[in-house]
Amino acid sequence: MRPVEIKEGVHWIGVVDWNCRNFHGYARSANGTTYNAFYIEDEKKVLVDTVSKGSESQFLCSLAHLTKPEEIDYIVVNHLEPDHAGCLEKMVELCKPEKIFVSVMGGKNIATFFDSKDWPVHVVKPGEEVSIGKRTLRFYETRMLHWPDNMFTYCPEDKLLFTSDAFGQNIAASERWVDEMSKEMVADHMQQYYANIITPYSSKVIKTLETFAGLNLDVDMICPDHGLMFRGDDCAFALEKYMEFAKQEPKNKATLFYDTMWSSTERMISAVASGLVSEGISVKVMSVKANHHSDIMSEVFDSAAVVIGSPTHNNGILPGMADALTYVKGLRPQGKIGAAVGSFGWSGECVKILNEWLEKMGCDIIEPQIKAKNRPNHDTLKECFQLGVTIAAAIKAKTAK
Amino acid sequence: MKYVCTICGWVYDPAEGDPDGGIAPGTKFEDIPEDWECPVCGAGKDDFEPEE
Repeated sequence: MRPVEIKEGVHWIGVVDWNCRNFHGYARSANGTTYNAFYIEDEKKVLVDTVSKGSESQFLCSLAHLTKPEEIDYIVVNHLEPDHAGCLEKMVELCKPEKIFVSVMGGKNIATFFDSKDWPVHVVKPGEEVSIGKRTLRFYETRMLHWPDNMFTYCPEDKLLFTSDAFGQNIAASERWVDEMSKEMVADHMQQYYANIITPYSSKVIKTLETFAGLNLDVDMICPDHGLMFRGDDCAFALEKYMEFAKQEPKNKATLFYDTMWSSTERMISAVASGLVSEGISVKVMSVKANHHSDIMSEVFDSAAVVIGSPTHNNGILPGMADALTYVKGLRPQGKIGAAVGSFGWSGECVKILNEWLEKMGCDIIEPQIKAKNRPNHDTLKECFQLGVTIAAAIKAKTAK
Repeated sequence: MKYVCTICGWVYDPAEGDPDGGIAPGTKFEDIPEDWECPVCGAGKDDFEPEE
């Protein structure tokens, strides 16, 4: 796409990846994504981030509408990950920049991505400023949003904040601004992105947001590196949403995810779901065969409870459940209620193993753990229904706090 | 006792300390100043837990 001037002399030169369905190789991006990068025309000509390597030609074409690469003086690298710095090597070769700005951790890590020993890397301290003519660029370290090297770049004259991965969403669209689309849809995509990328660093998000609130920066435009940008009142919306996500306050909702061989575990999960629904809890019932692990995580994220189920398989659990549990546990969702059910043919380790996963996830575990030999009979399904009722009471107690 | 950062997983080993962060080898975790930060992710001391 052609560049979009977002402030006088400041241009979006990103690439819309309409076909991306697997973000970073692990998270679903059903609506594609964008790699946002920016060009600032001032006494110094500045590139803020680049795009993924596969999008190089579109990026260079977009930039060609504005300037020649050799005219660029500075490159700001807010994040080294290959979807933002994928064209960095090429741009350094073409631009021969006077300076490349990176954070302290960016400085420590840049040589592990690139043969950068001869590059003019300038490591900035938090809060450090550089004048580029009429404008100033100020750099703020934002470690673990979501890698150690992440930083924000702020331009006080234009009230512009470039935030790299923070506030991003996986949305491919011709629109560039949140106010051009449904805010509810954007909020949903922000949450999906947060759930799958940022969740483990929620305590850092809270501290970072508090630090920024204390700085009282005048911001009327937030430009993340993925998806739509925020302007005007939408900046406050972005900040409020992130604080809400970071607090991980549970909703009146349970996510039940499971795998099944001959439908026994599936019937047990279904009975637990019925018990929950009978008490007014909203449920998401998700087979790991029908749902990608990142869609499961998106639902687990704002649930008060997770109920997991698997039959015993080779003295363990089914591999689809191991995949989903590895992924969900790795994202360290906090403060969940947990329960496990499963079926077995002979040895029956499944529920014990599922329970160990719940313990490692720090869940408040609800008993009983229910196992059914071969097929759950009427009494076992009644027990599952009752487990749902018990979980519902625990959810209500939790969400009432 | 080693301590692990709950944000990034970096492990504080008292035998090694954190010389870049001004913590000499042999410093017990308890004796590290409260304003010290994880050298990888910048997490605070309260984000660390004893390693199991």
